[in-house]
Amino acid sequence: MLRKLLTFLSFLAVISVSAAHADQKKIGFIYIGPPGDHGWTYMHDQGRIYMENALGDSISTTYIENVPENADAVRAIRKLAASGHDLIFTTSFNYMDQTLEVAKEFPDVKFEHATGFKRMDNVSTYSARFYEGRTIIGHIAGKMTKTNTIGYIVSFPIPEVIRGINAFYLAASKVNPDVKIKIIWNYSWYDPGKEADAANTLINQGADIIVQHTDSYAPCQAAEKAGVLAFGQASNQEAFCPNSHMTSIEDIWGPYYAAKAQAVVDGTWSSEDTWQGFKDGMVEMSPYNTKLLPLDLILEAKNMETAIENGTLHSFEGPIYNQAGELVVKEGEVADDGMLASMMFYVQGIDGEVPQ
Amino acid sequence: MSIELIIGILNVILISTTPLVFAGIGELVTEKSGVLNLGLEGLMLVGAVTGFITLVLTGNYFYSLFLSIISGVILSGIFAFLVLNLMTNQIATGLALTIFGIGLSAMLGKKFAGTPIDGLNPYYFIVISFLLVFFVAYFLSKTKTGLIVRAVGENHNSAYALGYNVFKTRYLTIIFGGVMSSLAGYYISICYAPMWQEGMTAGRGWIALALVVFATWKPWRLLVGAYIFGGVAIMQMNLQAIGVKLPGQFFNMMPYLATIIVLVFISSNKLRLKINAPSSLNIPFEKNQ
Repeated sequence: MLRKLLTFLSFLAVISVSAAHADQKKIGFIYIGPPGDHGWTYMHDQGRIYMENALGDSISTTYIENVPENADAVRAIRKLAASGHDLIFTTSFNYMDQTLEVAKEFPDVKFEHATGFKRMDNVSTYSARFYEGRTIIGHIAGKMTKTNTIGYIVSFPIPEVIRGINAFYLAASKVNPDVKIKIIWNYSWYDPGKEADAANTLINQGADIIVQHTDSYAPCQAAEKAGVLAFGQASNQEAFCPNSHMTSIEDIWGPYYAAKAQAVVDGTWSSEDTWQGFKDGMVEMSPYNTKLLPLDLILEAKNMETAIENGTLHSFEGPIYNQAGELVVKEGEVADDGMLASMMFYVQGIDGEVPQ
Repeated sequence: MSIELIIGILNVILISTTPLVFAGIGELVTEKSGVLNLGLEGLMLVGAVTGFITLVLTGNYFYSLFLSIISGVILSGIFAFLVLNLMTNQIATGLALTIFGIGLSAMLGKKFAGTPIDGLNPYYFIVISFLLVFFVAYFLSKTKTGLIVRAVGENHNSAYALGYNVFKTRYLTIIFGGVMSSLAGYYISICYAPMWQEGMTAGRGWIALALVVFATWKPWRLLVGAYIFGGVAIMQMNLQAIGVKLPGQFFNMMPYLATIIVLVFISSNKLRLKINAPSSLNIPFEKNQ
């Protein structure tokens, strides 16, 4: 019932951001949350605003917020496609099949699906290599934890999230072999209350660092209140937890959105798969907190960023074993993008099982 | 398990369950008088955003609490006017109230999303929630006014024939329910997760509604039910954190599933259902019939 209501509402909340002209390209966005979440959707909306500023009057943009990841998404996407939009960004993993379904009906409309892996002639996929950021925070966490217990709050068991856990753990255990991570699956991207509960539960169980892969800043706030350390998610969350925020992994979508919109304006758009990280500026680290982190650790983190950028360091360098002890990445090799994109296993050393 | 861990777990359970107790106990009183208000989620959100905005603007917890309560009085007052005076369908009006509340709170809060505030200690509200359940249980079972509320809910025509003011009784119970929902919302945005973000109550209004049925309209059972729902949710997090594999999706639907099971259970015994469920629930009252 709630979902129905929310969808109904989301249709009411279609917001035309600027008046359309005949020669303007209309660009639509489907958001899973509200732009005010200061997390995932917020950063997509920042990307949209960047694109508007960059392209000026040649485009107009529209977004639909709070679209659930079920059949309702089809209606929302179709609504944009049917109302003359030229390019539609669907900004959550589980809009994948819904995007393809609508894309088949509207071959002339271009679609861009975030974090997915299914493409068509008029459907591109794009994602950021957030896991590179997770390698940095894993390294910091491994060095900063005193209880050797790190609490990790996650949303849904999808490759992106599991890849993040693995990248984090590999980096953390490299500098601190005793480190343990405790994982709580919330099965929602956005529920501030539940995210705070999960953070407090992990702190009760001895975690002195809170990592999140959910969309609100409640975990960081809970960490601040309990006096433990935390990393932010998607956007810089320092304002909400100044005394516990070490850094955040920021998603920077603006330049990509502007480039794709320009391609539509110029008529050069083509279906492709984009997966960018530090090197192309799609992932950035928020300023490291100098009050909490020792200077040499900040330098190490910055050097790691540079090393990842120029390819001398990779988040998934062999040898990597899965939980069963099988070698999945050989020594001297790195995991290829195919393995990363479909990663549904924990690496050796992580307790528990990946939920089905 | 160490004592610290047990205390820590209890602490999280108390903090996370309290909004359910507030919204649930308010709805219980409303339903006892024969009115079904499905607008809890909307009332909670408006209460949450009103309190939050007032706190940001004035920095005063008392004003923010006061205005949050006023928002509940106004919105539930409108609901009461619609369903009592204009005799609109209670279910449709309640749903409309939820939709309206979601939209209104999002609109009001747009500029304030992401403003950091200092949260209030949740324990004030936790203590009040227990006192409230005690008060409501005593009120409904031991006082004359409580008996009138129940009489109005059981058979409004008889109650009216006996000279009781059905409208006034229902206005008051609806407004009480509305105020409790806004307190639940206030608690969420000021104590539980001190922030404002759109839709931050995340379905707790619906769980509170389910809770009233789960509790078969009994205040103490409502308290126990709320703590079962809250306790299970927090315990499964603790089990996950120590590495026990659990079907998390199952726990998300658990409150609704439990409510359906209780419904099946009580309706298999017609007498039990009759004793507990207010007979005039969701039936409009016409004065001149």
